[in-house]
Amino acid sequence: MEHNAPTPLVSIRNCRQAYHKDASADLVVLDNVDLTLHEGEIVALLGRSGSGKSTLLRIAAGLLKPTAGDVRWRGKPLTGPAEGVAMVFQSFALFPWLTVQENVELGLEALGVKKDEREERSEDAIDLIGLGGYDTAYPKELSGGMRQRVGLARALVVHPDLLLMDEPFSALDVLTAETLRTDLIDLWMEKKLPVKSIMIVTHNIEEAVLMADRILVFSSNPGRVAHELHVPFAHPRNRFDPAFRQMVDDIYGIMTRRAPKPQAPTATTAPDGFATPLAPVSTNLIAGLLETLASAPYMGRADLPALAAALQFEVDELLPLGEMLQLLGFAVLEEGDLLLTDIGRGFVEAETDDRKEIFGNQLRAHVPLINAIRAVIDQRSNHRASAVRFRDELEDHMSPEYANDTLRAVISWGRYAEIFEYDEEAQQFGLEEEEEEEA
Amino acid sequence: MTNYTPTALAGRRLPNRWDAVALLLVSGLLVALVSVGKGTISTSITTIQNSPIHLAPRYLPYYALRSTARMFAALILSFLFTFTYATLAAKSRRAGMVLIPILDILQSVPILGFLTFTTVFFLGLFPGQVMGAELASVFVIFTSQAWNMAFSFYQSLTTLPADLQEASRCFRLSPWQKFWRLDVPFAMPGLIWNTMLSMSGGWFFVVASEAVTVGNTTFTLPGIGSYVATALAEKNLPAIFYAILTMFVVILLYDQLLFRPLVAWSAKFRFETTATSSGPEPWMLKVLRRTALFQELGDHLGAALRAFTRLRLALPARRQVDENASPSRLVDILWFGLVALIAVYALVHIARFISGSLTWQDLGTAVLMGLYTMLRVIILMVIAALVWVPVGVWMGLRPWAQRIAQPIAQFLAAFPANLLFPPFVLLIVRFHLNSDIWLTPLMLIGTQWYVLFNVIAGAAAFPGDMKEAVANFHIKGWLWWRKVIIPGILPYFITGAITASGGAWNASIVAEVASWGSNHLTAHGLGAYIAQATNNGDTARVVLGVTVMSFFVITINRLLWRPLYAYATRRATLG
Repeated sequence: MEHNAPTPLVSIRNCRQAYHKDASADLVVLDNVDLTLHEGEIVALLGRSGSGKSTLLRIAAGLLKPTAGDVRWRGKPLTGPAEGVAMVFQSFALFPWLTVQENVELGLEALGVKKDEREERSEDAIDLIGLGGYDTAYPKELSGGMRQRVGLARALVVHPDLLLMDEPFSALDVLTAETLRTDLIDLWMEKKLPVKSIMIVTHNIEEAVLMADRILVFSSNPGRVAHELHVPFAHPRNRFDPAFRQMVDDIYGIMTRRAPKPQAPTATTAPDGFATPLAPVSTNLIAGLLETLASAPYMGRADLPALAAALQFEVDELLPLGEMLQLLGFAVLEEGDLLLTDIGRGFVEAETDDRKEIFGNQLRAHVPLINAIRAVIDQRSNHRASAVRFRDELEDHMSPEYANDTLRAVISWGRYAEIFEYDEEAQQFGLEEEEEEEA
Repeated sequence: MTNYTPTALAGRRLPNRWDAVALLLVSGLLVALVSVGKGTISTSITTIQNSPIHLAPRYLPYYALRSTARMFAALILSFLFTFTYATLAAKSRRAGMVLIPILDILQSVPILGFLTFTTVFFLGLFPGQVMGAELASVFVIFTSQAWNMAFSFYQSLTTLPADLQEASRCFRLSPWQKFWRLDVPFAMPGLIWNTMLSMSGGWFFVVASEAVTVGNTTFTLPGIGSYVATALAEKNLPAIFYAILTMFVVILLYDQLLFRPLVAWSAKFRFETTATSSGPEPWMLKVLRRTALFQELGDHLGAALRAFTRLRLALPARRQVDENASPSRLVDILWFGLVALIAVYALVHIARFISGSLTWQDLGTAVLMGLYTMLRVIILMVIAALVWVPVGVWMGLRPWAQRIAQPIAQFLAAFPANLLFPPFVLLIVRFHLNSDIWLTPLMLIGTQWYVLFNVIAGAAAFPGDMKEAVANFHIKGWLWWRKVIIPGILPYFITGAITASGGAWNASIVAEVASWGSNHLTAHGLGAYIAQATNNGDTARVVLGVTVMSFFVITINRLLWRPLYAYATRRATLG
């Protein structure tokens, strides 16, 4: 043990990841991020989708080259996939044509390990992770939980110094995910895992508090480390411990506090918030959430963690939803709580047609993009406008995925409020035809 | 049966300048082939005389074996070509920009048109030797197989799942290991399926490429095709019957021993996360999997293969992906400059080659002939649709009928239609029928089955809950056809129709001319035009005919089939 010379496993300084968008400003995914990872700790990167946490994970793995910044692996500059780093994927990333054992042996093959040793080590990993007896099965014969165990075994078999996990449990159902988490933590505490350190990317706040020694909370757009928290609890942790709950609550607070100003595009800001990124939240979901919020037990005010638990929503799903409600003026986010506004209450109490009208009014008042589209449609003699043009304009201010999401949100909302019609085939906005087509 | 998008439908929508460049390069290549071989072909009037073809039935097994061997030789070449060409096109952006349009054009060039050029070229390479003729024949078969295989492989390579690619990199597989562990397995189902389509089509060209006359050079290679050609020349009807029977057996063996086991086996590589029930295991696969002898053999072979694919063969430095890395402008300019230069060079050569012997009037004639053939193809497709769509739907909706009909239709698609021509020709000669009309159906004999088996597959795949909904709402009759089943099978029908119509264009080269002894029948059309120019050794007109036909096929694909297919898949799928 050389505690006196602790070279960190990973050290990342001033990391910036940006994509060039011709002419206009860069799209910044990660901005000025520092990260140091020591042996013996579990670190969670927590944030919303699009906060660049997965990107940071890939940079640390040596898979991705950052636009700027210094990335070191054991003190040496990293130039390619690092030896001693293994990754577990959200989608499992198993090769469907290889058996469990062949999948596990993959990393060893790449290292040129001889056959006997390969078999021995893969057997060990398979047994350790609770897959014994499944050696010859193909991934498609396994349940999701078993598949992710294969993913884990495949990563552990190479005895990596650093285990990277990219939302490893988010594709699993709640119970399965919990079992896997507990198993992993147990192995970690018993020092049976042949790894020195774990870095896990997640958008699940409880998961982060449950597993990590240290949590980096990311803010979105561009991704920055907003907060760093040490989790003081000893393993095994109890979710229902008041201190645990308090920490989860606090993190919700942190994440919503950052949220109210979602639009912080660098450099050129579009006029009138035209380019505010929107999440494509369905109008049914909006109505459903507002109704839930208005009724018992919330009566207009809900604690986000409690709401998320009751509705079985991940924070990743609930926060954008809350933000969109806030943007449309139906609710307000405050210190980890969601508050119904008067307009929101009016919406809940209205009938279908009135709801559409209220929704339309809110759209016109708070979503400049809707007005812009409608204005262009009205200008045109044929009352049609191409969606491509708006997509292009949006892409000048945000990433293509955000632009696509925003456009989808606007299309869905605009259709609901009957502000315009949309022809998917032609990718054109239009107005409702007066004459009815074949009944 | 899985329905794969035909390779001619994938990719870019409208003709663009790369198509023009590729068309130039392909034509230039053809001209170059002729130029290389020309010296020898005009000077030596030696006819390659192999041992004459015997019409006694006992020679047929041997001939069948020779034909089959040619087929497999070509298949090996096709795989080599696929793995190299498609990989290069997928891994190098610059190479891909040129290679893929070329492949696209090659797919549409009538394969029998190649016959002239490859014959001239290979006979020029091996003057007076059988080797040249064999290679020429194998090459024609190769050209009938390779393009769609390469295209399918290329498409798979460009749609590799991102997470598996990342896993390969993260676990530090070398490019060689990744190729065998990820690229090839992922591409396998599509590749096998296309290989099978290629081989089914290939029998046609095996038959067509064994007895060839280009100008004053003639060769006959021992094989079923030559056997039939000789039988036609000698008006020997029983011999033709024997040949058909032999081919029937060959195709049956090929279908049972190879096609079905391979397709069933390749299901293992299908990229899906849920276990799906598949049909019954083909008996041959059962034999291979359950027999101790074969298992042991398989184990040893597998072990050797795995050791081979596990080699690292690594280039040491692997770097991170730099998503912001922009390609060097200078290299781009140099590269495109080079391509442009070659294209211009090809253009000059083509112009020089053609200007000596052709006039604008020839172009007019060729286009007119092309219109005739197009008219034929359109009429045939309409007839085929009217006949086979109802039949296919009827069968597809009844599981028992589908189980019987599907393999038969696939089998018939593999049967070389040119073996079935003689009986037709005989009837036309006997009853003095108009060859412009009655030679026409020959074009579609072989390829109509693609329409049938795709429609069957489409109807069989029609969702059960929708069938129930339709029954519940009492939707019947014309409304049912219009609103329910035709939209439901449209993507499948188009898949079949494009294969069928492409095949019909190709077949026109042998179907628009036919002979029985000294009776020569000719229909007006581009196929006959090319066939006659080939016979006369008039390479300039062959080039013209082939280019015009390619142009027709490409234009129809781009302007009709692709938009139609895109429309059908958009409309017929939820979400």
